[in-house]
Amino acid sequence: MSIGQQPPRTGRDRPPPRSDKSPWNWLLLLPLLVTLYPPLYNRVTPEIAGVPFFYWYQLAAISVGVVCTYAVYRASRRR
Amino acid sequence: MDGIKGTELAVFTVLFLAVSALGFFASRWRRGESLESLDEWGLGGRSFGGWITWFLIGGDLYTAYTFVAVPALVFGAGAIGFFAVPYTIVVYPIVFFVLARMWSVSHVHGFVTPADFVRARSGSPTLALLVALTGIVATMPYIALQLVGIEAVLKAMGVTGHVPIIIAFTILAAYTYNSGLRAPALIAFVKDTLIYIVVLVAVVVIPYKLGGFDVIFAAAEKKFAESPNPGDGIVLGGPAQLQYATLALGSALALFLYPHSLTGVFAAKSRDTVKKNMAALPAYTFVLGLLALLGYMAIASGVKPLVGSNGKPDGNTVVPLLFDQQFPDWFAGVAFAAIGIGALVPAAIMSIAAANLWTRNIYKEYLNPDATPKQEARSSKLASLVVKIGALVAILALDPQFSIDLQLIGGVLVLQTLPAVAIGLYTRWLHSKAVIAGWAAGMAVGFWTLYQIPQKLFAADGTVTVTKQHFGGSGFPLSELGLDTKTTIYAGALATLANLIVCVVGTLLLRGRVTDGVDATSPADYTAEAGDPGVKDLTELVH
Repeated sequence: MSIGQQPPRTGRDRPPPRSDKSPWNWLLLLPLLVTLYPPLYNRVTPEIAGVPFFYWYQLAAISVGVVCTYAVYRASRRR
Repeated sequence: MDGIKGTELAVFTVLFLAVSALGFFASRWRRGESLESLDEWGLGGRSFGGWITWFLIGGDLYTAYTFVAVPALVFGAGAIGFFAVPYTIVVYPIVFFVLARMWSVSHVHGFVTPADFVRARSGSPTLALLVALTGIVATMPYIALQLVGIEAVLKAMGVTGHVPIIIAFTILAAYTYNSGLRAPALIAFVKDTLIYIVVLVAVVVIPYKLGGFDVIFAAAEKKFAESPNPGDGIVLGGPAQLQYATLALGSALALFLYPHSLTGVFAAKSRDTVKKNMAALPAYTFVLGLLALLGYMAIASGVKPLVGSNGKPDGNTVVPLLFDQQFPDWFAGVAFAAIGIGALVPAAIMSIAAANLWTRNIYKEYLNPDATPKQEARSSKLASLVVKIGALVAILALDPQFSIDLQLIGGVLVLQTLPAVAIGLYTRWLHSKAVIAGWAAGMAVGFWTLYQIPQKLFAADGTVTVTKQHFGGSGFPLSELGLDTKTTIYAGALATLANLIVCVVGTLLLRGRVTDGVDATSPADYTAEAGDPGVKDLTELVH
């Protein structure tokens, strides 16, 4: 199909202007909530392999950041 | 220290030279027509895909100084030093859309620096100049600190004197001048691979040799229990919790306001590349968290920091000393090379970013408005040399403590460009004159609070001596404001709060009464993707 045969684009089938808005974006708040309130994790027990809670909790929180950010990335691609 | 460590130094030198050769070769890598424009020299042709961007931004943000200073802080004070982990967790969700929007509007308009954006968005050359100057002033001490990282490694190998560090920086300056952003991009592959190997080996081998993490944390707990400093410990003291959270959040907000962080974003080839990287960059956070634990391993293995040139123990030497003590010589050499090369990548990118600010927002704006792309590139190349010589002089001629103080101040200063840059990416509601006033207010509060913070030494007999009157840290006691509490807060948080209040109040007062600059961008610019009509490709950008 050559370019000349394409129907002229009208308001209906022109893609809507791209937007960053999506309900998925709220997920980006979760990593902040779990890390920016130290009373949540500021203690020694329970330990894992000798590592106090304070440390392994925050290392584990990295994966919360990754999963949430990746989910928002995927959702933003589908638009 | 018993003389020079031959094997370690040999391995270090070989790796260092190999990487330098790579830096010169980089000028031929993925090259465009010529290096004689800022888009080519200063942004690598704006062509970097996912992997290169990941290595480049990661290699840029997680610097050699971070790798020695974070474990050093954990070694000295414990839990508070772990703030680097929440800091580098929250930064990516926060900047996810901010950076995507920055990428889009910059590609539509051909921006090379954050001040370019501010110039177009606010229509205020004064505000753009302030943003550019803030960026340059905040970046300079950061470059100097990379030298502190190299110095710590050299000291641990028994190498003293200024000559080695002058040689290292001369090589760095030469290949940055020659290859531009392509040099650190290519070297970052080697640097980060070495860092990942070294850290993963370290967190397996060292705890095994020391008898496990319970032994390590028990040793740390014992040290902090015996120390009379109420601020240390393996968990946070009550009053330090607000400081921990605000320090993490404030540092995260500041990170991508640094011009060198944005350089890696501008150089990415698409909006999608930028967003994907926000999900992939936390891999470095994990490494940084493990590195921080090396501070405790240094306590458990009885490392004593070397005494620095100013007669005080230099905490930055603990990680190199730990490697020296726990690893066979050849692997310690690899580890030292990882830190040494780790200094080169950010130092190169920072000097390029500072040079681009100079060229675009001072040289072209005020000195030579008709500059050709070729003249712009030459101006940036020369500026990158000047910036690095300045950093070298700052470290060698002045007390390195001066650079550390400046970097602490720099983080608070760069945060004051938040309304102009980050908020500007979302809304044009703030009046540009109010943003200028807010900047000034934030600067004043930032300086005042940091100036009020002394550094204290807690002696074994319970006496407290003030070792430094001013700029002793970033934890500001709220009691200074007349509040009846022991709680401390990150000084940058107060400064930013003052800044935002002035911005909003100022806008309410000025809107409709005083004319504001004209916005040269349109809403669709902020969501544009590579390939969209209107998103310039390279040939158009190199006008």
